[in-house]
Amino acid sequence: MGRSDRAKQYFAIFAFAAVYLLIGWFVRNSYYQLMMTLVLIWATVGISWNMLSGYSGMISFGHAAFFGLGGYTMTIAFVTFGITPWIGIPLGIIVGMIAGIIIGLPTFRLRGHYFALSMLAYPLAMLYVFEWMGYQEVSLPMKREAPILYAQFNDQRTYMVLALVLLVICMIISMHVERSRFGRSLLAIKQNEAAASAAGINPLRWKMLAMMLSAAIGAAAGGLYAIVLLVVTPQTMFGALVSAQALIMALFGGVGVFWGPVIGAAVLVPLAETLHAELGSIIPGIQGVVYGIAIIVIILLAPEGIYWRIREWVARPAAPIERPGLGAPAATSVASVVSTVEPRASAAPAENPLLHLQAVRRTFGGLRAVDDVTLDIKAGTIHGIIGPNGAGKTTLFNVINGFLAADTGSITFASTNLTGLKPHDVCRHGIGRTFQVVRAFPRMTVLENVVIGAFVGSTNNAEAERLAMTALDRVGLADEQAYAIAGGLTTKQLRLMELARALAPRPRLLLLDETLAGLGHDALEDVLRIIRQINRDGVTIAIIEHTMHAMVKLVDRFSVLDHGKLIADGAPADVVKDRTVIEAYLGRKWMERAQDSVA
Amino acid sequence: MEELKWFAVDFFQAVTAGLLVGGTYGLMCVGLGIIFGVMRVVNFAQGDFMMLGMYVTYYLVTGFGMLAFLGPYAGPVIGAALAGPVVFVIGWLLHRYLLARVTGARVISAEAEGHYTQIIMTLGVALVLANGGLILFGSTPLSVQTPMSRESWEVGLIFFNQARTVAFVLAILFAVGLYIFLTKSDLGKMLRAAADNPIAAAYVGIDVDRSHRFAFGLGVGITAVAGGLLASTQSFQPYIGFDFVIVMYAGVVLGGMGSILGAFWGGLTIGLVQQVSTLFLPYQLQNTAIFVIFLLIIFFRPQGMFGRVWERA
Repeated sequence: MGRSDRAKQYFAIFAFAAVYLLIGWFVRNSYYQLMMTLVLIWATVGISWNMLSGYSGMISFGHAAFFGLGGYTMTIAFVTFGITPWIGIPLGIIVGMIAGIIIGLPTFRLRGHYFALSMLAYPLAMLYVFEWMGYQEVSLPMKREAPILYAQFNDQRTYMVLALVLLVICMIISMHVERSRFGRSLLAIKQNEAAASAAGINPLRWKMLAMMLSAAIGAAAGGLYAIVLLVVTPQTMFGALVSAQALIMALFGGVGVFWGPVIGAAVLVPLAETLHAELGSIIPGIQGVVYGIAIIVIILLAPEGIYWRIREWVARPAAPIERPGLGAPAATSVASVVSTVEPRASAAPAENPLLHLQAVRRTFGGLRAVDDVTLDIKAGTIHGIIGPNGAGKTTLFNVINGFLAADTGSITFASTNLTGLKPHDVCRHGIGRTFQVVRAFPRMTVLENVVIGAFVGSTNNAEAERLAMTALDRVGLADEQAYAIAGGLTTKQLRLMELARALAPRPRLLLLDETLAGLGHDALEDVLRIIRQINRDGVTIAIIEHTMHAMVKLVDRFSVLDHGKLIADGAPADVVKDRTVIEAYLGRKWMERAQDSVA
Repeated sequence: MEELKWFAVDFFQAVTAGLLVGGTYGLMCVGLGIIFGVMRVVNFAQGDFMMLGMYVTYYLVTGFGMLAFLGPYAGPVIGAALAGPVVFVIGWLLHRYLLARVTGARVISAEAEGHYTQIIMTLGVALVLANGGLILFGSTPLSVQTPMSRESWEVGLIFFNQARTVAFVLAILFAVGLYIFLTKSDLGKMLRAAADNPIAAAYVGIDVDRSHRFAFGLGVGITAVAGGLLASTQSFQPYIGFDFVIVMYAGVVLGGMGSILGAFWGGLTIGLVQQVSTLFLPYQLQNTAIFVIFLLIIFFRPQGMFGRVWERA
């Protein structure tokens, strides 16, 4: 996979650059030369936005912050300290990245509209600060003695070449990101952050990296914009229209793919500029109106952007739509892969506990959802956790896997203390989990879903894919289903896919949350068989269920929770006879009546 | 001692100004609060509807002078009140033909992606309104002229700017009237039901799309009235909306997103913060202070100061 696709993309990028350069070279009119430069700069700004928001789904309305900091850093360095833009722009990039970190640290705690809104506040706050500092309008001084040393050129085309070089670099960076573990992880976070972190992805780390890269690209574009226009004002650098344009280029052209912003800028910048030049004196706000209408129309007609529309339209006659990324690996032989199954755990059931919970408690307000639970899960067993609705079973799993922190108590896994670890770290230690309601990455294929899980146990894409194929094979999804889009699967297939995703990094313990729920009789038998086989291969399993029925046949040991308390723990035969268990399940009245009838 | 006295006077002067401005901000935030409460839509264009309210008031009172016969005192007030229905109609139409395509019951239950569609749609609307405003109204800053803008009532050492005081009183009256409407009238109850649980509301026969349309019109109309009241106390130009959208969200978030009453208190607090900040910060940094406060609230108390606990979206 990958290699030939990458070569194709390189070819496309350089072909685009060559054609653009050729056209630009023969444009004599300085106004059109400027426009061709601006198209490239705005495409770069769009790529900057796409790097964060397009890939990770955290929508930013504040990319003007980075653009403006890049432009102003370069300008102030030049005007105040006489530092050439050749150094000033890299300085701006550094300032932008630092701003990205400072902004990202608190803001990544927010989601959805809170994130979008607070991102809007940053550039606007900066705008007033720069106005107050007296930088209302700063012009770059002309350096007639050594213009080239100060990035000043008589030939406008030189700026175009500079902008083209920057854009090509950013496109190549984006292309590599899209095809790397980094890009895949961002995509997984975008589609289901909880599932991604349970699969061992550290959301904060990847988002922060995306923010830094995005800020760097935005700042570079801002610096270049300033040397092209030779003047900066707070409005043109930090204004809301700049942030909006960053988003519009990407959204219009295509979200989540680096060609998107390029297409967007190539269409919209000339349109808006021409209208502005022709009608700007009569109709001053025409540019903004064009951008506004552009996003309204694109949201109504092609909410993912033009690129995906064209792709869909081109790909229609061919069979499956192939999104960029891992692509379809040419028929990996399943048989050759299966032989590599070598679980990291020892197969023999031992008597030592693999997981030990010591007086774990978790409260919500006044409610003790998990109330001082002390529990051992022995290596090599299938351990059933049962209890009526609201007994605290899922909360217990959430505490074990790090979604929730325990208020008190400790969790030890294979003599490592897990207390207080985040989900992705817990996953790294060898605990996989599935969810009560399947959390898939709905727009990826089954294989891509499982590959996300396999990132933990592997160092490169090929290895991750091999692990994923193995896992799919173990749950019986390896053949043609691997390339189906997850969004269209049946309940059983989704459950198995999630199981494979949890299995891919070769965990020692699997937490299965009602994996059997909603399955018909035959499907149930299939899944039970698969779970038993996984256990025989050496994986310890903890499974939640509230129907005792299916569980009695499956498990080696039962723990019964009721109102957050562990009320029984032991072999299935003993537990089902336990008075308190029957009481919890069927109620006191039923039991009294049952005793009466026996008597 | 003398210094301390003057600081106290300055301080109370700022607090007074803050409360007076805050009343108008409160009403403005209520408009946004209704839209968010009922539709769960983040409306970026809210500031631009406020801007429309300002211009409608301006043209009714000063520009075309239709309300000149009411005199310089009643004119601006009636003008601001009339801006409400005008902008209500614009909002209603906009929702009917544009926003309804990306909002509604479907979006409320959808995951994050549905929200992005409408948040971006309203950004598009904001751009068109702000720049369309530039085309229609020009970029010269305007204000609604009334002799009250320059007059003050003096209470002890504290000045009460007349225009601001009148705007404050009217904003309170509008807010109270709205509160009565929402709690007592059938239409208001329907809106609150649709806000509380759109799916349940649909099951008991409430037309959710219709109530959304009405809520959107009402929300932007109320913000427009607040804008109209503000128009006689400060100058404005077509781009003023972008600043106020943050002011409004700061108020709504502070009050607890989804709480309409909280939105009023939130807006009032923001007005207070803005004016008191002028004691310590240069005038140009007023808005920066609000943005910083907004960020602090959102980081540390996203459920707001007054509202019920709301899950972090």
